[in-house]
Amino acid sequence: MRAILPWVAVLGFAMLAQVAVGPVVGHYWTKILMDVGIAVLLAVSLNIVNGFTGQFSIGHAGFMAVGGYTAGILTYYGGAALFDLPPGAVAPGIAGHLWFALSTLVGGVVAAVAGVVVGLPSLRLRGDYLAIVTLGFGEIMRVLLTRTEDVIGSAEELATAPWTTQVVSTGGSLGFTGLPFYTNLFWTWLWTGIAILVAYRLKESSTGRAMLSVREDEVASGAMGVRTTDVKVIAFAMAALFAGIAGGLFAHEIGTTLNPAELGFQKSFEIVIMVVLGGMGSVTGAALAATILTIVPELLREFSEYRMIVYAALLVVVMLVRPTGLLGHREIWHAWRRS
Amino acid sequence: MHGMTRRTMAWAAALFLMAAGCGDASTAQGPILVGEFGSLTGSEATFGQSTHNGIMLAIDEINASGGIAGRPLEVKTYDDEGKTQQAGTVVTRLVTQDKVVAILGEVASSLSIAGGRVAQQYGVPMISPSSTNAAVTEIGDKIFRVCFIDAFQGYVVARFATENLGARKVAVLYDQSAAYSKGLKDDFGKALTGMGGTVVTEAAYEKGASDFSAQLTAIRDLSPDAIFIPGYYTDVGNIALQARKLGMTVPLLGGDGWDSSKLAEIGGEAIEGAYYSNHYAPEETRPAVQKFVTAYQAKFGSVPDGLAALGYDAAHILADAMKRSPDLSGPALAQAIAATKDFPGVTGSITIDPQRNASKPAVMVQMKGGRPTWVATISPP
Repeated sequence: MRAILPWVAVLGFAMLAQVAVGPVVGHYWTKILMDVGIAVLLAVSLNIVNGFTGQFSIGHAGFMAVGGYTAGILTYYGGAALFDLPPGAVAPGIAGHLWFALSTLVGGVVAAVAGVVVGLPSLRLRGDYLAIVTLGFGEIMRVLLTRTEDVIGSAEELATAPWTTQVVSTGGSLGFTGLPFYTNLFWTWLWTGIAILVAYRLKESSTGRAMLSVREDEVASGAMGVRTTDVKVIAFAMAALFAGIAGGLFAHEIGTTLNPAELGFQKSFEIVIMVVLGGMGSVTGAALAATILTIVPELLREFSEYRMIVYAALLVVVMLVRPTGLLGHREIWHAWRRS
Repeated sequence: MHGMTRRTMAWAAALFLMAAGCGDASTAQGPILVGEFGSLTGSEATFGQSTHNGIMLAIDEINASGGIAGRPLEVKTYDDEGKTQQAGTVVTRLVTQDKVVAILGEVASSLSIAGGRVAQQYGVPMISPSSTNAAVTEIGDKIFRVCFIDAFQGYVVARFATENLGARKVAVLYDQSAAYSKGLKDDFGKALTGMGGTVVTEAAYEKGASDFSAQLTAIRDLSPDAIFIPGYYTDVGNIALQARKLGMTVPLLGGDGWDSSKLAEIGGEAIEGAYYSNHYAPEETRPAVQKFVTAYQAKFGSVPDGLAALGYDAAHILADAMKRSPDLSGPALAQAIAATKDFPGVTGSITIDPQRNASKPAVMVQMKGGRPTWVATISPP
């Protein structure tokens, strides 16, 4: 009973967000809160690799792209075939949303597989060298996605296109446009809540402790019997799983587009900044930083072109005042303890 | 002490967020609010700035002549930094927070699509001044444009190349990371083949690259009659410089992505003599053009480019539709915009066709003395 209580709380929280928060704050802030959820999901998942395990990955947006495009193909082309609808239409009722949930999950799993594929051969690398490999992965994904064909827009064309054509018709450099708007506060905060819970429990588990030991000293941790390669692959796969799910949510949110140009290393860096700013290894720190870094630019909207200067200045100030990030290695409920 | 301030800050942030969420501005009477989103910063910032100037000039004129049924127009402008996610967010904000009645925006097609899908979802009409990709107006019945589409632009350049320049073998160098460039390349290739010419090679580059010598050397070896570069002005200037350095003197051709005062700044001598298709030329003698160019120069002190002209036309077409529309609701206004016929715009006589695109002629201009000069006007086939 006590074991399922937190999961029930996450479910309740997500439902509350959808039913009580969404209608009160209006469409615009609903969208911002979905953006926040996705950012938190990305930051918390990257924190497993960069924060817990101490590996420097800057290819997180690549995993996000893998998940997003996979889920997009499933809802756009798969959804059209499954529900006998024109491509891009939202399937009515609960069936559409269940299909969306399944699609995001499949996107996450495919991203996790990609995480293992990238992780296995390259995890003997450390530091800067690993960073370059992950950067390379992200850039390969971006370039491959710009080379895809135009999205099939009409039902007539779709009827004659074999699935092998469909899976490569994801819009190229114009982006995978026309995906149905399924993402809402419930799905966003359900997945985000699950990710936070998983990440926190992982940190307190033996696998998580092994990750922390790899971060502190890989040689010593190996000498103590920790299978360092396994631990790193697990970290990569879990991070990629949640990044893929975040990609699926991002792909189906109103006002966002899966655009290869915007899923490059710049996006990866935004996520790295969130992790560093929150404090490497702190789950709640990553979540807090992701929230702040998503909301602050919106609040600065009125300053138009000066907002990015203010935003950048804020980053500099925070890093100067708190060099280990907002929370350091600690969680938010330890924040009152004197450092 | 430390903990205290941190907690206080968290509460303050939460309260601030809630207050911002609740504060809805309602516009009952008074000025009519129109939204604009554009790339005011980012790599194609001159596009956004020119369009913004054109729109503001038109709005000033409309307000000076009494506005819409006595109500002045007011423009709310947001910067999207040239990013699709930002475009989607600011259009959501314009529609649901600022409650604008219509939206003017974007230049780049991917950004117009990102914003347009939001506008369509909430049923607010949007006019794109200058997005030429066919997919933009295919979003739905609320999305319009006042420029020609890439298929026509490809035809114009191909016809100019074969008829005016007598070119048969044309090499293409395009930006594979930009949908605009890729689409225009395909349309040009189709049109050229239809006119009996051949595309000898299609070389690709990535936006923001600085070295094009490998692609240019390969093109030089094929000795084409002309090179078509359907990219944006930032890269085109560099390509022209490097082509001249490699001793290539064949004519360079381009599309409306070249249209910026920065083109001559970057390309200098190398871009002299190059041709590109555009929406209008400042020295055309039509009264609409001369009135616009004079007013723009008086206000901003520079010769308006094609994007300024399109922004100006988009705002005037919106105002014209508002005057004809029974009310300012989304469906009524969209219907009025769709009924636009033979509107005497700066960029030609504009009629909105059933696909919500503008059908009108294009001009070919040539760079002379650092300025684009009119060479030919080509009408739809």
